[in-house]
Amino acid sequence: MENDLKDALAARLLAMGDDEAILGHRDSEWCGHAPILEEDIAFANIALDEIGHAQVWYALHAELLGEDAASYPDELVYRRSAGAFRHAPLLELPKGDWAFSMLRQYLFDLYESVMLAKLADSQNESIAGAAIRIGREEIYHRRHTQTWVRRLGLGTEESNSRMQTALDALWPHVMELFRPLSGDATLIEVGILPNLGDVQTVWEAAIRPWLTESNLAIPEAIPSNYTRTHHTKHLATLLDDLQEVVRLYPEGSW
Amino acid sequence: MVAPMLTEKELWRVLEDVKDPEIPVVNLVEMGIIRSVTREDERVTVIITPTFTGCPALHTMQGDIATRLKQAGFSDVKVTVTLSPAWTTEWITEEARAKLKDFGLAPPPRHTGDFELVLVESAACPYCGSHNTRINNTWGPTPCRILYYCDHCQQGFEQFKPL
Ligand SMILES: [Zn+2]
Repeated sequence: MENDLKDALAARLLAMGDDEAILGHRDSEWCGHAPILEEDIAFANIALDEIGHAQVWYALHAELLGEDAASYPDELVYRRSAGAFRHAPLLELPKGDWAFSMLRQYLFDLYESVMLAKLADSQNESIAGAAIRIGREEIYHRRHTQTWVRRLGLGTEESNSRMQTALDALWPHVMELFRPLSGDATLIEVGILPNLGDVQTVWEAAIRPWLTESNLAIPEAIPSNYTRTHHTKHLATLLDDLQEVVRLYPEGSW
Repeated sequence: MVAPMLTEKELWRVLEDVKDPEIPVVNLVEMGIIRSVTREDERVTVIITPTFTGCPALHTMQGDIATRLKQAGFSDVKVTVTLSPAWTTEWITEEARAKLKDFGLAPPPRHTGDFELVLVESAACPYCGSHNTRINNTWGPTPCRILYYCDHCQQGFEQFKPL
């Protein structure tokens, strides 16, 4: 593989892994704190799935760089500084209330469903295989979160107002998912990655009616200035928590 | 130590002793988790695939397979993980489905690839057979189980999630 292509692919795989790992971590913060026991179990499982998916993309990233696919993901998550993470900042925002976390998960699940469906036809066989596998599991996420969005949107005055507040806060960040990385054009050219503009079109066509029918008003928001390479202050705090033990005991093993 | 003279077919039979760590009534062969077993001189290579990508039991399975083959006399054992083709509940044998049901875990419904279609059907209660059942939660004690409640015999049960 040519160097340009390899660098671009490594960067894209890292971004996909970081999306899953950071969202999985935020979701895991609900463990023991969800409003009802059933949701505590469900959300903890969703968090586990996302972290499992992160491992898959990280392993492909590691193989490309000639690193050990089993141990390198730990290096990436536990020993990188904030500036090296490449997820969409949307996913690092503090978990907020239940409405906020549920809506964010839905926005991402739908994005991922569209992305994975297109990646299933990727010219890169490993990526296509992983996309098919992860895509099947994502069906359960999407069904779960879209039902909750509908239920909370059409529920009580309070649940609706909390959802609307969450949507107003999250919507400016959604574009972060669709802004290409510098090497993406190379990958799109050779059929490894779909055009993110096309992903966005399909995503919007599905998400807008669902939100509207859930009695939520889509804001006319100005897109955030944050990108996969320019993060909010919340990432450092998140990593303080996520990497705390490794920083205290760098040589620890368990 | 010289490795025993077992054919690959016999190796498959040895591996039928390795149980699913989360559902100990079924083994990893009939669950479709073990994808291939090959022998090259002293070395045995086993390829497995996880049911769910984030399956926390994967490392236990790898260890259990290696342990069983070492008991059988093989000291050079390699257990690797593949993700493609993706595991599907269609690979669970009929025999294993019956064992799951006896265990109180409703077997996953058959599907032809598009399992989202079968999600609208209610599961048959493994205790009384009634279809008067409803989903309590899409996730249970593990990512691969759905929590159901049977309104007929008023008993909670779990279904192996179609995938
Ligand atoms: Zn029953």
